[in-house]
Amino acid sequence: MMDRRLWREPSFDIMAKILQIIWIYVLLLCALAAVGYTALYSAAGGAPEPYATRHALRFAFGLVLALAISLVDIRWIAKLAWPAWIGGVALLVLVLRMGHVGKGAQRWLELGGLQLQPSELMKLALVLALASWFHRASWERMGNPLFLIPPIIATLIPVGLILKEPNLGTATITALLGGCIFFAAGVRWWKFLLVILPIPLLARVAYSHLHDYQRARIDTFMHPESDPLGAGYNIIQSKIALGSGGMWGKGFLQGTQGHLDFLPEKQTDFIFTMIGEEFGLVGGLAVMTLLAFIILGGMLIALRCRHQFGRLVALGIACNFFLYVFVNIAMVMGAIPVGGVPLPLVSHGGSAMLTVMVGFGILLSVHVHRDVEFPPARDRY
Amino acid sequence: MKREGERTGVFTRRALLLMGGQVSVLGLLGARLYQVQVNEGARYTTLANENRISARMVAPPRGRILDRYGTVIGGNITNWRAIMMVEQSNNIAGTLDTFANLLSLSDWERSRIERELHRRRKYIPILLREFLSWDEMALIEVNAPDLPGIVVDSGTTRHYPFGQKLAHVVGYVAPPNEADVADDPLLALPGLRIGRSGMEKYHDVAMRGRAGALQLEVNAVGRVIRELDREEGIPGEDVSLTIDAGLQGAVLNMMGDESASAVVMDCRNGEVLAMATNPSFDPSVFNSGVSETQWLEWTKDKRTPLINKATSGLYAPGSTFKMAVALAGLEAKAITPGDRIDCPGYLDLGDTRFHCWRKGGHGMLDLRGGLKNSCDVYFYEVARRVGVDHIAAMSNRMGLGVELELDLPGQRVGLVPTREWRISRGHAWNMGDTIVSGIGQGYIQVTPLQLATYVSRLASGRMVQPHLTRSIAGVVQPGAQADDWPVIGLPDKMLHTVREGMWAVVNEQGGTAPLAKLADPTMQLAGKTGSAQVRRVSREMRESGNFDSEKLPWEYRPHALFVAYAPYDSPRYALSVVIEHGNAGAAAAAPLAQAIMTETLRRDPANRTDALPRQMAEVGR
Repeated sequence: MMDRRLWREPSFDIMAKILQIIWIYVLLLCALAAVGYTALYSAAGGAPEPYATRHALRFAFGLVLALAISLVDIRWIAKLAWPAWIGGVALLVLVLRMGHVGKGAQRWLELGGLQLQPSELMKLALVLALASWFHRASWERMGNPLFLIPPIIATLIPVGLILKEPNLGTATITALLGGCIFFAAGVRWWKFLLVILPIPLLARVAYSHLHDYQRARIDTFMHPESDPLGAGYNIIQSKIALGSGGMWGKGFLQGTQGHLDFLPEKQTDFIFTMIGEEFGLVGGLAVMTLLAFIILGGMLIALRCRHQFGRLVALGIACNFFLYVFVNIAMVMGAIPVGGVPLPLVSHGGSAMLTVMVGFGILLSVHVHRDVEFPPARDRY
Repeated sequence: MKREGERTGVFTRRALLLMGGQVSVLGLLGARLYQVQVNEGARYTTLANENRISARMVAPPRGRILDRYGTVIGGNITNWRAIMMVEQSNNIAGTLDTFANLLSLSDWERSRIERELHRRRKYIPILLREFLSWDEMALIEVNAPDLPGIVVDSGTTRHYPFGQKLAHVVGYVAPPNEADVADDPLLALPGLRIGRSGMEKYHDVAMRGRAGALQLEVNAVGRVIRELDREEGIPGEDVSLTIDAGLQGAVLNMMGDESASAVVMDCRNGEVLAMATNPSFDPSVFNSGVSETQWLEWTKDKRTPLINKATSGLYAPGSTFKMAVALAGLEAKAITPGDRIDCPGYLDLGDTRFHCWRKGGHGMLDLRGGLKNSCDVYFYEVARRVGVDHIAAMSNRMGLGVELELDLPGQRVGLVPTREWRISRGHAWNMGDTIVSGIGQGYIQVTPLQLATYVSRLASGRMVQPHLTRSIAGVVQPGAQADDWPVIGLPDKMLHTVREGMWAVVNEQGGTAPLAKLADPTMQLAGKTGSAQVRRVSREMRESGNFDSEKLPWEYRPHALFVAYAPYDSPRYALSVVIEHGNAGAAAAAPLAQAIMTETLRRDPANRTDALPRQMAEVGR
């Protein structure tokens, strides 16, 4: 009885909070990072340099950050939701103005030696902002279309800015992420249909406005063999690597496609291919199972939470992670157009790792603070 | 709170729905992974191996060309060259630009490379530059990171130690053209050469060899990681010629600046010991490409250095033809050796007068005397009696005006006219044509090689064919033995009569070619002079009395010819010499023939009296 009351207090003991962290979930994250370490060790040709050691250090830093965030009161984090959204949008505007251009798109900000991809931060901020908006919404208010207009705008502004970079992949993921939260918050089914049905038509219109490199991606996705040395090269080589891995793989450090550099960007986007080549279907499915545990674990945290904000935030973070995983793995198997999306916690890359770990920190915080009193703001209606 | 419960309920339902969706999507991805890795695994394994394994052909060394004593006259030397593995460079144009800047590639070279890039198959590397200097090699190696796919490798190139002395016999090699490559993909290998003339062309296939194959593991930029398998190629076969390179060199030295050719044959089996053409060219120039100025220089030279005069130069045989006329007459029984014919200095036929070279005439002559004095009137008469068709048949039998079974490309056939030939061209055959044929003028055209063959057959009585190949890969080719050749089918006595006449030409007092007499008293040379007019001497010029060919411009002077064999009593070597526009055969060609024969006999391995030092000879005794 005492304990339960204790948790409902605005702030409870640090030690008690630490005990509430789901350590098994932290362990899952560590396992995934270890998979990343192994794959990056192989990607460097069997050496910890230049990828694996840095990966481990970044993860260690990210983990400390995540654990620290997990102790921050979720109500505090809720207060930061809209400022974070404004900050994210500001950074997106900034990246459009002075970002670094990569592959025909402005994506990075150089911040004191740190490469920052504002679109990653934005997704997190959007999850917080939407969760905060829907936190105060009753079931009745969810039926009111006018109530949905502000969150729709809050979603479309960053999506539009990311599209303008232009980064079609992340924009789509951001839009889908927003959709997940709208869905979980209880927006009526028919409204979704209203949005989804005209998409094929819009897609046709959008295709004609796409950048050449984006169009090329879609075209090579449809017929990768038509341009084996050009844009289709990545997909073909990735499929060759996966396919030649077979059931059991070629063995650690034995992948010819990866080690002989036929596989492009093997330490970033195509790290899963590397794993599939060396450890085969068994290894690939094992990693996918681990990823599924992490995703479903996040969803379970959402289900276990007692306040709408925590529920939506946890679901948003889990869905964000799922979308990452899905896009990356589907991409390397040639199931969707190549999108430049890394496999979180496995791929080499600093800013993605950081945002993902911040997200997991918030996820852990949701669980630590699953039972705190967090009443929705007074209904004005 | 009821509302709150409702909201939670909706959330729970929808979150579970999302989870279900996520699990099924991941399941689909897993199924797709199974499809790629297990169902299509075998196909992708093959593709992965194709990626990493690069098969390369290894050019075999080209067979060497040796002379009869094993001296290398066409061999291989190392050639450092830059080649490009097309499959290993993902930015071919960029790499080529870098390379072009480093080594200052000419537009001409660049366009050739691009042409090859276009047509070559991916696995065949492309030759960028040959004959690299040390500086150029260093430049390439230092800049290797900027030149993906470009490597320096050592190939071989053709080397001719005797240079222009054997150019026309050995021939030359040149890069193959597209039609050649279509026949044999081996030729597409960089630096591989195809024989374009001479023995290089004739024995090209034997000397080419078979390519080896190399299986290499390469990475995506084409760096070779390791060698997986190697199958050595088969080197081309060595070809030994009948040529004596030393003799050939000596003959060419004797020719000096003259536009001349000479053929020395073993008259018993048709082996060609020397086939000299002067002036000549350096065959290795063709290997790397001929410059325009060099080409112009060759084509403008009136002495035609690019033409092998021994096989392709056509000359009227002049008086050297008289032995064939004599044989025709003897065989047709139109004359006997003892028949005497009077030479008043001319022969009248209708209102045409045919002159003897000697204004006053020779008086009464038998066959021996006719040959010895090279009397024109005697042979006008023989020709008149025997008829041109008999003369043509006999000359063809002796190897004149027919295609010889020569193993050197590019011989010309020449012509010994017949009535039929003349009539088929829409003209009537006149007796006058027969008469000038009797002294080897008129329509008759033969090559120096045919003349040498003719003398060989005369001297040996066998139907030898001239040939240059002695053995291939150590296997002696047929034709090396005298018995390999059929006998000519003329009575020995008949041949002997003619040989005697040739002996008298050189060795008897009053013969026309005393300058051809050998210095060695133990050996005697039999020969015959000849002068071939290159334009008709008009009656006015002859009658005005100031006809002197020495005063004519070089290109109007008659050719000087000499044919000979030695030793007289046991014929071994036959030769023919033609000095273009050299005037009289007796004055110009005979001394050269004598010098060549002397050198030939001196080099004869059987000639113990001269070749062995005295002490050794005594030890042997």
